[in-house]
Amino acid sequence: MIPDEYLQTFVVECRELLEQMEEALLIVEQAAEDPEIINAIFRAAHTIKGSAGMFGIDHIVVFTHAAESVLDRVRSGDVPMSSGLAALFIEVHDHLRELVNLVAEDSQASTEIDNRGKSLIAQLEAYLGETATDRTDNLAEMPVVHQPKLEREQSDTVGTDHWHISLRFGPDVFRNGMDPFSFMHCLSSLGSIVQLVTLTDAIPAAEAMDPESCYLGFEISFSSDADKLAIESIFNFVRDDCLIRILSPHSKVFEYQRLIRELPEQEMRLGEILVKCGTLTPEELNNVLRVQAQHGDDSQRLIGEVLVEQQMVSPPVVEAALEKQKQISDHKKNEANLIRVDAEKLDQLINLVGELIIAGAGTNLIARRAGMADLIESTATLSRLVEEVRDSALALRMVQIGGTFNRFQRVVRDVSKELGKDIDLIISGAETELDKTVVEKIGDPLTHLVRNSIDHGIEPAELRLARGKPAKGTLKLNAYHDAGSIVIEVSDDGGGLNKEKILNKAIERGLVSESANLSDKEIYNLIFEAGFSTADAVSNLSGRGVGMDVVRRNIQALRGTIDLDSIEDQGSTVRIRLPLTLAIINGFMVGVDSAAYIIPLDMVVECVELRAWASDKGDGQYLNLRGEVLPYRRLRDHFEVQGDKVQRENVVVVRYGERKAGLVVDKLMGEFQTVIKPLGKLFKGEKSIGGFTILGSGEVALIVDVPGLMGQIEHERVIGEITAVAASK
Amino acid sequence: MGRKTKNQSNSLVAIDGELTIYTVLELKNRLLAGLSTHEELELDLSKVDEFDGAGLQLLVMIKKEAASVGKVLHFTGHSPAVLDLLDLSGLAGFFGDPLLIVRKPTHEGKPI
Repeated sequence: MIPDEYLQTFVVECRELLEQMEEALLIVEQAAEDPEIINAIFRAAHTIKGSAGMFGIDHIVVFTHAAESVLDRVRSGDVPMSSGLAALFIEVHDHLRELVNLVAEDSQASTEIDNRGKSLIAQLEAYLGETATDRTDNLAEMPVVHQPKLEREQSDTVGTDHWHISLRFGPDVFRNGMDPFSFMHCLSSLGSIVQLVTLTDAIPAAEAMDPESCYLGFEISFSSDADKLAIESIFNFVRDDCLIRILSPHSKVFEYQRLIRELPEQEMRLGEILVKCGTLTPEELNNVLRVQAQHGDDSQRLIGEVLVEQQMVSPPVVEAALEKQKQISDHKKNEANLIRVDAEKLDQLINLVGELIIAGAGTNLIARRAGMADLIESTATLSRLVEEVRDSALALRMVQIGGTFNRFQRVVRDVSKELGKDIDLIISGAETELDKTVVEKIGDPLTHLVRNSIDHGIEPAELRLARGKPAKGTLKLNAYHDAGSIVIEVSDDGGGLNKEKILNKAIERGLVSESANLSDKEIYNLIFEAGFSTADAVSNLSGRGVGMDVVRRNIQALRGTIDLDSIEDQGSTVRIRLPLTLAIINGFMVGVDSAAYIIPLDMVVECVELRAWASDKGDGQYLNLRGEVLPYRRLRDHFEVQGDKVQRENVVVVRYGERKAGLVVDKLMGEFQTVIKPLGKLFKGEKSIGGFTILGSGEVALIVDVPGLMGQIEHERVIGEITAVAASK
Repeated sequence: MGRKTKNQSNSLVAIDGELTIYTVLELKNRLLAGLSTHEELELDLSKVDEFDGAGLQLLVMIKKEAASVGKVLHFTGHSPAVLDLLDLSGLAGFFGDPLLIVRKPTHEGKPI
């Protein structure tokens, strides 16, 4: 049984590789003639096969092997990469993903999956039988990828049928009464030493050398019928302080790579020794080192030079290979700089930072109370540092949204193929970062929106041409940061929404009254209402339908909002707005009576004294902010706080998206680092509170959910208008 | 194995008996001293009846040392014990002394 943690690593790695593979396949399918991309696909398949082999997951090895063989021929230019073949490989990829999932769940493949695998292997093998000349009819339209011969792996295994033994004796071997050469004599009893190279590189210069320490190493090519255990047992006495590596005959190339990596000498020197031992032919060495170069550091560049010196390969070939290796190793280096961390550990860290902030605020308060200037100064420094720690801790969890966006290449390809539409996906803002927990949860709603856009938004080609649009539809995914939130846009250049149909449907369903005077935007956003869409609504509405209310619910669960813009015949845009993080925010603390409230600082635009409007006799609902209409609300009224009004009330102007509002409060208390603690289920109905936090004094402050509060004000206004209209009747 | 004729700057050091872990410490000093006082040194190995890995690496060290200080060092009169191990180690080429290695017939076709 494979230990769980290894298996998990295997699954995670496979999934990553499959993602890369899919990405590359989608590019290839778009007829991109890039050998590097074919290589990427090949490498992904190759690595999956290798690791599956290590775990003894044979069915994956067998399946991947078939795929790899075809890919190898594509690399060498024997088989052209047609869009048909790319499509087949996408199926291969899907099947592999399924197999990996089965491994992850530790379950067996059903016969259905088995059969699919067999049929895919058969299809792949058909390509192996074919030669390029058989397919000349297709050649003209197909991008043919020619690969320099040098890049081709001759075989996975090394030709020698001898064992290879690498020994590096520890310094105390002599003192322990043993002689390395006596082991050689023992070896001779098991078979014959074909070639032995004594390594004296480790012997230091005269003064530094201790003649009683052992500095010797050996590389031995050994011919024997004995098994590995028997050979190993010879070295039982010295196993503890020696480096012993035994490779069986016909070992895999990668095992030699590992050997070269593990031994202390320079790779170049080792390579020569391996050739000298007759274990590797120069060509095999070249092969080993070339693949090696894709993993490692700079020193192997020398090997290329050595090979040139020995005139094994011509300089241009090596230059080409080195250039390639350099690119690959640069890429690998980037990867090597990443560390995989358990998400739980990060969460724990962020929790701790949260506690640290609260404790820091407490200390700060005590310092102020004590009035010790020194202490206040030092706590100020401390809290600045804590703030920085908080930001870096949160940044750890930030991931780019590009990975999520790229998944939609596949969704767009599949859905458009299914519907017979030709659609381009344009991605922008892929480097926009947001919290990992948010990224994970945004995938499903986004998929829904993308599918909807393709299905209902973008018209069939004929209709598009008739409307004077290009036949090829365009779908855009965009992301950007705005006022402490991230905005994700899904837009299409399709037919847009039909206002009338939506309105009629909504009236029919009793969602709005017939007399209601709704703006265009309000009408469009009706499609997010629960109960608006049902299965039959989709078929007779040209607009979107299924489950938009589910999408909205998902977004709201992330404390986000969703809205929609549409221009008939020109397309529509769905805009999702999400908070950057779910854990800690910069807050602005305000006071109403004795209670403290926190408003997210990112949303605060300005603070104005209410007295500025003392002469203004409004209706108590709107303020005139430099000519702008600003709806406002007293927090005292909103939260029904008792107590006397204060003389100098202040207005905090907040902005969310395109809307602004004023919140009237008693006191402005300044910036406060806020660790968001979720409210219990009991407060679920309360839309205007987003959570609470603990102040330094141990008191609790409520966090104002600005979008929720705005929504509530809006809602009450609409209700008020309706009742007013009803009363006047 | 005939001796070479000597001239004045040419000195001969003979090693008697063991060239093994038991003698290397003392031999190291003797050989280094010999090397420092002569331009050209000849090391007679004909009396060596026991030779092991420690002895071998001592010879490697002294050969390297001679090369690094620009002096000439020859090994001569290799005894059977020395020849055996030199052959096994594949280091005969490294020392570059003229040798006559007689292949033992017992091994099944040992290619060079």
